[in-house]
Formats: sequence, structure tokens, C-alpha cells
Amino acid sequence: MPQREIHVISGTIIEQGDTTLTIEDLSRLCAAEAAHIAELVEEGILPVIGGVAPPWRFPGAALRRARVALRLQRDLEINLAGVALALELMDEIEALRRRIRG
Amino acid sequence: MEFKDYYKIMGVARDATEAQIKQAYRKLARKYHPDVSKEKDAEARFKELGEAYEVLKNPEKRAAYDQLGPNHRAGEQFRPPPDWGAGFEFSGGGESSYSDFFEALFGQRARARPGGRGGFDGGRGEDHHAKVLLDLDASLAGGTREIRLRVPELDSAGHLELKERTLNVQIPKGILAGQTIRLAGQGARAAGGPAGDLYIEVEFQPHRLYRVDGRDLYLDLPVAPWEASLGASVATPTPAGPIDLKIPAGSKAGTKLRLKGRGMPANPPGDFFVVLEIALPPADGEKAKAAYKAMADALPFDPRARLGV
Repeated sequence: MPQREIHVISGTIIEQGDTTLTIEDLSRLCAAEAAHIAELVEEGILPVIGGVAPPWRFPGAALRRARVALRLQRDLEINLAGVALALELMDEIEALRRRIRG
Repeated sequence: MEFKDYYKIMGVARDATEAQIKQAYRKLARKYHPDVSKEKDAEARFKELGEAYEVLKNPEKRAAYDQLGPNHRAGEQFRPPPDWGAGFEFSGGGESSYSDFFEALFGQRARARPGGRGGFDGGRGEDHHAKVLLDLDASLAGGTREIRLRVPELDSAGHLELKERTLNVQIPKGILAGQTIRLAGQGARAAGGPAGDLYIEVEFQPHRLYRVDGRDLYLDLPVAPWEASLGASVATPTPAGPIDLKIPAGSKAGTKLRLKGRGMPANPPGDFFVVLEIALPPADGEKAKAAYKAMADALPFDPRARLGV
């Protein structure tokens, strides 16, 4: 039987290793203006590596957080302070849930 | 296609005001938002809700929808009337994909996303994002998995259509739920520029044996009462293969044993937790009954001592 050739692609986990993202990366990946991403940083929603002075470097985990934040803002029509509060409460619920199981 | 009762989906009367519709949407959106909700069908419900709101909040679309009349039932077979759509102009919005019902009524135009395409850096192709549900073993052992994606593409006439695309992806060992794999150059192709990237967010299907919590794994391990009470060494599955686990004497149901570093093979690795369950042998023969009787006679045991009765 002839062997079928399978093309396998591999990638990287962006939350691991030394992957960092710039504000331009986040802007492109979230299809949001850089100014909008900057608002997320100023609201304390996104983790920043090192100092808070621009140019910012973001850990890979910032991508998912930014996407969730923007979705909440858009879909639930809430302002960024509300988004920040929701995310923090969700983190807290997650931590409590872990403690119940843990 | 099936008729969709947008009023019913939103839980409002047909003569609801704009304010009532908005309020109903916000309430339900908070309940079913996939990033917030733990409801099982949250994603489907939220999509349906978004579609209903898209129609009912827009006076032209709502008027057009109302024109279909109040006598359709949700789920019934439906075909738009032949003169449908004349005289209405719908503007675009939203990025979610709509039902066939919606598309038949409001067309492709309503779906095409304004802006969005092309990104912000010139000739580079658009990045794509997808969520995939993997079996946990793909992460525990690493390996290749076939991933099917539905990708929106413009055909030669400029219509948006969903094409199925199959990729064989090397799953990085130890990837955790909620993490994202970047596949460089696997996003949208661009004329005269580099292709975009594909971002795959990983979630896991429930596993036959293990529960996942971040980088930790949990196994419920049934043990016999004498194994728990007297201590024992029992065969236990772990991601790295079976081991003989030492059960300390005097263990109770719910006792948790931690095997450090034997959870998800991430960096750093998670822990593996074994939660003991006491399994009772059935008293289904003379011998078994005699053994239980002997135990009852020999042990001054009151399991309800704490209840004070």
C-alpha cells in the first residue's frame, strides 16, 4: 500500500517560554485599535512585563485576557471599569473553586 | 430551514418596546456569555441571542421580521416569501456567524464584517483564531492531531463562504486548557504579502480517568475498606504509566494523596492528586454476610456519633 504523506505543522505555545507581545501584536490579534489596547493597560486589565512606561511588552497570556475583555465590553455593553471588575471576580471564583476541590 | 422565534428567544412580547428588548438582551447576555457562563449550551444560546437582538434592536430588520406574521412556530420548516426583502436596506454589523434562517432573511450583506479584514500592518494576511477541543492524551503524551476548521473565504464572485480545512498539528506536550498555539503562516493568505498566523486556543474533552485543573490532575481511586484502614499498596494509573501507590493506614473517603510533579507535563509540571473513594464489597453471599456480621459484632462503631442521636 502506498504511504500517504501527512504534512504536519507545529507551532509554539504563546503562554510559555519567552514569548512576548507588543501593543501592535495585540492590536492586530484582537482586531482592535492600539489606543483601545492601551486603555486596557491603563485600567489594569492586562499584565505588563517590567515597567509601566511604554513601549510595553506583554506576556503571551495577555492575548487571551485582552480578547475576553474586548468581547465582554462589546457583547455586554459595559465600560472598562466593569470589565475589569468582572474579570477580577471571575479570577476569584476560579481560585475559590480550586480551593473547594483542592 | 427552521423558523426562529426571536421574540421567544429573548423572552419578550411581540409588542415589546426597544427599552424592554435592550434590557432583556443585557440580562440574558450576562447569563449566557461564553466567557462568563458555566451553562453547558452557553455558546449556542449566546449566538442565538445575539442574532435575535441583531434583528429586534434594528427597526428596519424588526419591521421586516414582523412582516412574516405571528403565526410561525419556532422550529417549523420555513421558506421566505418570494417577494421577501424588497424595500428593505440592511446595514452590516456583528462578526458572529448567523443561522440559515437569518441569512435567508437578511442576506450575506449583513454578515460581511466591516473593516476587520487586512489588519493594521499593510499587506500581511489576516490572522485567524480558532478554538479546538482536544483529547487530554494529546497534551499528556504529545502527538499529532487532525484539526478541522471552518474558514470563511471569499469566492470568485466575492461571496463569503465557509470552507472546511484540515490540518495535522503537532500538539505541544503539556499544553494547558486556555493556552494558545501559534501556527505561523497558517492564517489568511494575502496577495503580495506574507500569510497571517493561525491561533488555536485549546480546551480539553472530559477524560475517562482524570479531571484537569490548570496544571494539576485529579484521579478518583476506589479502595476497599480494609485497604483504607490497614494501608495497602494499590495499582494506580498515572499519565506516565501505572504505579504502585502506597495507601497510608487509617485513610478515609476523600483523603487526598499528592504526587508532586506527576500532573500535566508542562513547564513547570503540575501535581497529580489521588482522591480516595471507599468502595463497599456487596453483601451478596453467605460468606460476605457473615463477614459483615462479624465486623458488626467485633467493632463498637457508631458512624453517626457526631449527629447526637
